[in-house]
Amino acid sequence: MDHDHITSARQLSRADIETVLDRARSIADDPSAFADRHPDALLGLLFFEPSTRTKMSFSAAIKRLGGDIVDMGPVDSSSVKKGESLADTVRVIEGYADALVLRHPSEGSAGMASEFVDVPLINGGDGAGQHPTQTLLDLYTINENAGLDDITVGLMGDLKYGRTVHSLAHALTNFDVRQEFISPDSLSLPRKVRYDLTDSGVEVGEHTALSAVLDRLDVLYVTRIQKERFPDESEYRAVAGEYQIDAGTLADAADDLTVMHPLPRVDEIAYDVDDTDHARYFQQAHNGVPVRMALLDVLLGGAR
Amino acid sequence: MSNDHEMRVSKIERGTVIDHITSGQALNVLAILGIDGTENDVVSVGMHVPSDRLGRKDVVKVEGRELSQSELDVLSVVAPAATINIIRSYEVRRKHRVERPAQVTDVLACPNPDCITTESEPVDSRFDVLEDGLRCTYCDTIIRDNIAGRIHV
Repeated sequence: MDHDHITSARQLSRADIETVLDRARSIADDPSAFADRHPDALLGLLFFEPSTRTKMSFSAAIKRLGGDIVDMGPVDSSSVKKGESLADTVRVIEGYADALVLRHPSEGSAGMASEFVDVPLINGGDGAGQHPTQTLLDLYTINENAGLDDITVGLMGDLKYGRTVHSLAHALTNFDVRQEFISPDSLSLPRKVRYDLTDSGVEVGEHTALSAVLDRLDVLYVTRIQKERFPDESEYRAVAGEYQIDAGTLADAADDLTVMHPLPRVDEIAYDVDDTDHARYFQQAHNGVPVRMALLDVLLGGAR
Repeated sequence: MSNDHEMRVSKIERGTVIDHITSGQALNVLAILGIDGTENDVVSVGMHVPSDRLGRKDVVKVEGRELSQSELDVLSVVAPAATINIIRSYEVRRKHRVERPAQVTDVLACPNPDCITTESEPVDSRFDVLEDGLRCTYCDTIIRDNIAGRIHV
């Protein structure tokens, strides 16, 4: 893989993705073989927004490679509070670490920050922009369960602001995957993602109801519709209810449908789905560790 | 009438004539070129001038300065049909069209209020030039309409 930084799924080629997924498979098969891979490596964590899964799985990943973390901590107790620019913050912290993970509320923040540092910088989520490492673990999960060729993937929920959807939609254009988008009109795909999908020539469909495509799906990727996207609570409730699934909803689905979710869920997937063979979202979250280990290994100079 | 016509097309001794500018865009062209009247360049502006090719067009003449191709290509975002005439000794020495550059930097403001370039970071706005619009290099936002309205120079 020939990238110094990972800021967007748009930059990832099929070969890049396969490099990471293959490495992740090797790690998952024999984690002990990678335990001392990067004994002196320090990963700098710059999380300007709350995070559980991304932050903890990156911490676990570097530690399982033999390295450790240096953590900026919450914004409230950092120099950001004094008005330091992001460009300055990353230039300081790159001196303390061998690679950086950045989560920041502004779109394009990781791309900008990467221009100021020499160590690898990984985008851990930039506002409503991109979340490329989530995409890598999503692709790994899809590959493990359905394969990545000649499948149909449904992406449902908040497609407008959902960065995991934006990144995944871009990355899936590298594979023979038909994409079906299911959302209320007000939360449909933004122009910037639509442009790339059209440009890449992949087959896509857009729907306002899951029932229109459910029986054709190999994978259903559910995302949360957030209350704050709606002018009032009643409108939110009316719309969000249309995009919640339970075991009954999935009666019409293919037996081998894989249901995924970047988590956290609130009520968009009922707990009764957890007991079905469709549920793969906890496995998906667990895959964050081997996949982020693989990415770190590649970026920190594991055998290429 | 002939005097009026003569005044509009009067020749300059040396400098740059930007012709076939999209009608109404001359002031944006000057803004992009950083010509704001604070220096002593002699500048003539014609707006909504009748044109065989465009119906109406704008024309800008900058005396004493020969603008470079890269300086001028950025004009293609507001005036894609513009032609550039480099004048020496009252003669057109070089004539060419503006070419679409791959990127434009520090000319337009990103319309996305959540884009990192709208914050106080030491970074210039940058857009990739697409067939039919511009795309923020940082947040991917695509602008197609009212591009001139985004000029922030």
